[in-house]
Amino acid sequence: MPKVIIPTPLRQYAGKQEALDLQAKTVGELLQQLVTQYGDLRRHLYTDDGKLRSFVNVYLNDEDIRYLQKESTPVKESDVVSIVPSIAGGRP
Amino acid sequence: MSKGSAVKNHEAAAPPALSPQEILRYSRHLIMPEVGMEGQLKLKAAKVLLIGTGGLGAPLGLYLAAAGVGRLGLVDFDVVDFTNLQRQVTFGTKDVGRPKLEAARERLRDLNPEIQIDLHETKLTSENALDILRPYDIVADGTDNFPTRYLVNDACVLLGKPNVYGSIFRFEGQATVFALADGPCYRCLYPEPPPPGLVPSCAEGGVLGVLPGIVGSIQANETIKLILGAGETLKGRLLVFDALKMRFRELKLRKNPDCPACGTKPTLTKLIDYYEFCGIRGEEAQPAVAVPEIEPKELKRKLDAGEDVFILDVREPHEYQICHINGYLLPLGDLAKRAHELDSARTIVAHCRSGKRSAEAVDFLRKAGFRKVWNLKGGILAWSDQVDPSVPKY
Repeated sequence: MPKVIIPTPLRQYAGKQEALDLQAKTVGELLQQLVTQYGDLRRHLYTDDGKLRSFVNVYLNDEDIRYLQKESTPVKESDVVSIVPSIAGGRP
Repeated sequence: MSKGSAVKNHEAAAPPALSPQEILRYSRHLIMPEVGMEGQLKLKAAKVLLIGTGGLGAPLGLYLAAAGVGRLGLVDFDVVDFTNLQRQVTFGTKDVGRPKLEAARERLRDLNPEIQIDLHETKLTSENALDILRPYDIVADGTDNFPTRYLVNDACVLLGKPNVYGSIFRFEGQATVFALADGPCYRCLYPEPPPPGLVPSCAEGGVLGVLPGIVGSIQANETIKLILGAGETLKGRLLVFDALKMRFRELKLRKNPDCPACGTKPTLTKLIDYYEFCGIRGEEAQPAVAVPEIEPKELKRKLDAGEDVFILDVREPHEYQICHINGYLLPLGDLAKRAHELDSARTIVAHCRSGKRSAEAVDFLRKAGFRKVWNLKGGILAWSDQVDPSVPKY
């Protein structure tokens, strides 16, 4: 099954999991499954009108999905999807 | 030469050279073909600006000074405090209370008296950034907040200076090189910052002390390679590092043709208000939600008077082990599914470390129908300051 890697700042909203195997045909489907399973994660990944937030990047293996087919990018069994949010460091 | 022709006055008349002391000091570089005399002279001629002298700035400053980077600029306005010492290895216990720049200069001078160290004791702002950055060849970003990240990026793009980027959270780090002529910038990676309060900060989330050591060392390494023109830099690659798993991953970074800063038709032609851009009003971070608050002294008075007050501690169990004020531990993340454990008829005072998470808890409980619930203003930190100093601060 395709694997999704949860970044450190978001693990607290995903049952403290580092990675999850999820059955999906596209990146969008996989992320939808993820936020269905972990409701708290939704507002961190999506805006209120359901768009992926612009400070959260999603990669299929090492490629940014913005330069593939965005959320309709197909995923294969062996693929790794990474969520990479911006982190600034010390201060809020 | 004909009259009126522009004769440029070149700065360095004598060819640069290393003194015998410098030759001895840099011996292990000089005997390496990848650096050699030519490379060491490049390092000596190089001018690097470090934004921030904290966790990332520590290895950056130490290694670049040791390597013989001829001119190091440091930008910071902070004072060393005890919580810095766990990771900001430039400073010692004796430096607590001193300005970071003063302490850093002393340490770097001791490490390498051959180099020039410039101090810029100021907050980097849209007004001063271009002037501060202009004299330097390379900028290394070791800041700790989003507004300064975007400011540094935009200033580097406008001035055409490479931005050696590093960023950390808990045990995860990112590093790359932005703003090289043909490479992406920070805005290509993240066009917009997260709204305040959505991403936890290190002050709330913590950071493994050695992590900035590793990421800052990677930044120092990239800086040195840029100066030498040797090897391959991280341009176009985002290095993502997980210290817990000891795993490095590389993600492709592309230059966004529509990037407002470095795209084909840039719309960003001068520096902007980065606090406004990041949605932050004023310098102090406001609590994410406004909720009814109670002062620590007022809570103490109620408790002393024997009033019925239920203290709800919404921190994590590992924080409870550091210190507590006999509250009922129910971490914020579990509140929704465990709210039934609370009695809405009783007066509830929620607290966390600083009052931010408990404000969210109070907001949640009020929306869930709890009427008598208050946030302890300033959290356990304020309790320690104003009521009971025997409660340790962290």
